[in-house]
Amino acid sequence: MSLGPHLLLAIMEGTVSAFVLAVTALGLSLVFGVMRIVNVAHGEFFMLGAVLAWWLTSLVPEAPFWGFMLALAVAPLLVGTIAIVADRFVLQRLNYQPEATIVATIGLLYILQQAVLSIYGPEARPVVAPINFRIVLPWFGYSGYKLVVVGAAILLLLAAWYGVTRTRFGLIMRATQFDGEIAQAFGIPVKRVYAAVFALGAMLAAAAGVLVVPLQQAHYLMGLDPLLLSFVVVIIGGLDSLKGTIVAAFIIGLSDGIISVFFSPTLAKIIATLAVALVLVFRPNGLFGGKVR
Amino acid sequence: MTLLAVSNLARSFGGIQAVADMNFTLENGEIRAIIGPNGAGKTTFVSMISGRVEPSGGSICFDDIDITGLRSWERVRQGIVYTFQITSVYRNLSCFENVALAAQQQLGRDLPFWRHPPRAALTVAVEMVLEKVGLLARKTELAGELAYGHQRLLEVAMGLALQPRLLILDEPTQGLSESEIANFCALVKEIGRGATILLIEHNMDVVMELAHRITVMSNGRLLAEGTPAEIMANIDVQRAYLGT
Amino acid sequence: MTPALRARRILLLHGGLALLLLLCQFVLPDYHHTNFVSIMVLAVYALGYNLLVGYTGLLSLGHAMFFAAGLYGAGMGVHYFAWNPVVAFIAGAAAGLFLAVLVGLVALRTSGVAFMIVTMMFAQAAFLTTLYFNDVTHGDEGLTLTQAARSFALFGTVIDLTNPAIRYNLAWLLLAGALAVMLLVVLSPAGRVLIAIRENEERTRMLGYDVRRYKLAALGVSGLLSGAAGAAYVLFFGYVGSSFAAIPYSIYPLLWVLLGGVGTVAGPVIGTLLMFYLIEIARDYSSSYMIVVGAILLVLVLFFPKGIIGSWRARGQGWIP
Ligand SMILES: Nc1ncnc2c1ncn2[C@@H]1O[C@H](COP(=O)(O)OP(=O)(O)O)[C@@H](O)[C@H]1O
Ligand SMILES: [Mg+2]
Repeated sequence: MSLGPHLLLAIMEGTVSAFVLAVTALGLSLVFGVMRIVNVAHGEFFMLGAVLAWWLTSLVPEAPFWGFMLALAVAPLLVGTIAIVADRFVLQRLNYQPEATIVATIGLLYILQQAVLSIYGPEARPVVAPINFRIVLPWFGYSGYKLVVVGAAILLLLAAWYGVTRTRFGLIMRATQFDGEIAQAFGIPVKRVYAAVFALGAMLAAAAGVLVVPLQQAHYLMGLDPLLLSFVVVIIGGLDSLKGTIVAAFIIGLSDGIISVFFSPTLAKIIATLAVALVLVFRPNGLFGGKVR
Repeated sequence: MTLLAVSNLARSFGGIQAVADMNFTLENGEIRAIIGPNGAGKTTFVSMISGRVEPSGGSICFDDIDITGLRSWERVRQGIVYTFQITSVYRNLSCFENVALAAQQQLGRDLPFWRHPPRAALTVAVEMVLEKVGLLARKTELAGELAYGHQRLLEVAMGLALQPRLLILDEPTQGLSESEIANFCALVKEIGRGATILLIEHNMDVVMELAHRITVMSNGRLLAEGTPAEIMANIDVQRAYLGT
Repeated sequence: MTPALRARRILLLHGGLALLLLLCQFVLPDYHHTNFVSIMVLAVYALGYNLLVGYTGLLSLGHAMFFAAGLYGAGMGVHYFAWNPVVAFIAGAAAGLFLAVLVGLVALRTSGVAFMIVTMMFAQAAFLTTLYFNDVTHGDEGLTLTQAARSFALFGTVIDLTNPAIRYNLAWLLLAGALAVMLLVVLSPAGRVLIAIRENEERTRMLGYDVRRYKLAALGVSGLLSGAAGAAYVLFFGYVGSSFAAIPYSIYPLLWVLLGGVGTVAGPVIGTLLMFYLIEIARDYSSSYMIVVGAILLVLVLFFPKGIIGSWRARGQGWIP
């Protein structure tokens, strides 16, 4: 292939990963924005989504499409439940103290990951895509399912956007984000809001995991990359800016795709991690973040 | 001789002009009180002098040297010592350790970073200061377990151990009892014999007893300045602050 | 308590701990000797970590990069340039110090959660770098040092680092030295300033201390000890691979220090010892033994945040440093 098609492929791949990343990172960003905590176990929620998708689709092997729909509906719910339990018995007990919470979510990361290892095993298992058509371009063929991923991600992002800006729950959430104590004084059940936000963040990650699994196989260690990339996105996008998160997901997803195709994926990751460290040091509110709180 | 000269000092937070265009001088050996209603910008003003808050304009000269660019810890080494409005002691350390941290800095000021003053000299210095504020008997108690009045004294002791040339006290008598306040005034007078004192204070009795001169701030600006008698007679001040 | 009595007790506790570890080689069956070499070297790593986390109050999630700097600094020197192990050890420790200062100059502009994430990101970049230069480092597969490369002559006698007895006693020497360094630092006026920074940073600045410089120094010494541990590890065990630079090796010292007691000198040693055997036992039962790491982290942070020595100190034993 010559340069042009190569670049086209890189951009298409980058776009798909950018959308998946945007959904995952949005979950992390919501949790940080509202609860002021960094959830290091976020990648494990993504992994759980993927692994549960494998399990759920394997229940209906004769109908991959319906199996996948089942996974898309049920896996995030299960993961959300796990998140609520974790919130109730771990985060709440720690009073969401930022540093203790990070240590606790590291613990959670290992517990979830190793539990999956012992139940599901060390294998990487594929999930059949719910639809099966290829787009044939002059230079290469392209899996049509990737377009489905993009479409679904757009729907999820729009839903999240609507939920945060246009609904009552969104309003309550933003009030809590603005000042937890004042919100409490106004009768907002802050604890329940936190639990819901934590679950919502986990469900977004899980949904991203479900969407990705037909492209990427389910594996117990697959949570690390989305975790680190989500960090990168949330930090570059500004720690509590929804718009910034999505813009940053595109920059990171696309540049990751392009650098990976032309150079090496490892180099792309080195650059991204160093960039994020420097952004956090020199522009703590992100490149797109607004005012200091 | 002028110890501190502040010109056109200003600071805004977002849209709020906390301090605007302050001109201010302080004579060596003086005890100066700053008064003014809550939110007048007093804490912000002295915080700029101590270097905790960066000014958005203006300059500060200490002992004829421009210190506007110095960091807060460098100003402490020049002799500008700030005691916090909200008590800020090391709650988990003993009184001795609290003061030792200050004394160690003072005694080791001219030594290179990795060298420290001898232990015996340090102990002497710490105990002398604790004695002065009346906390010597409590030197092994944890600062966090002291009564509030004693914590304020400890805070002053830490300031004293730094051997200040200019000691800034931000509402030191807030929350103290009558007898504690009397005690405190005596202490400040004694300190005033060796250092210049800049005192933010709401209690007018304390101000009248201690201050040589008074500066009145309102809305981030200098409203009036003069001797206690002049200030008491000033109509503007009465309207803006004393509310009479 | 008088200072003299306190000094005697401190000496007794830490000297006793060191002596106990030295004597273990005569009591324990051979199989445990190798384990103890690991434990003592890793305890040095934990001690270095604790200087930053426990005494300065800066929680790092990326210390694996300093451990790995020592590991690679010494290992590469021996493998590619046939360095004498003594030189390699010094180079490894220096690499840890150098990297720590470099990282500190940037990362110390942040604190709290941001510092945690920044150190984690730098460590991840360091880990990826060991993978990227696969031609030199052999990445995950790693490099093995020959026995010949791991022995050297000192005053006419040949010291072979593959010899179990030599290895044990050198590891002990390193640990004893690190314990002494920690006690000296922590009990010195400089240690007092570090603790002050941990307790109340702004207050400490307003006492006239250049807080940044103290933090940088603490990070430097922390990196030096971590690098020394890494260098010793590669020289004693003859293997260097990127897994030592990966995230778990940044989490382990956190776990050891939390278990033994954050901000205590003896705690990290005890934490390393206990955790090492807990993981060993778990490994015998299941391939998902890392679940122990997660579970213990959770339990510690929820129910036992002071750790073993820290809890002891809180029960009226304030003399414990
Ligand atoms: N760190 C800050 N951020 C934002 N506003 C501040 C800050 N510090 C002070 N202010 C504002 O500046 C004004 C002056 O405050 P301050 O100096 O504390 O007054 P005073 O000490 O006279 O009561 C107030 O309106 C206060 O709300
Ligand atoms: Mg004030």
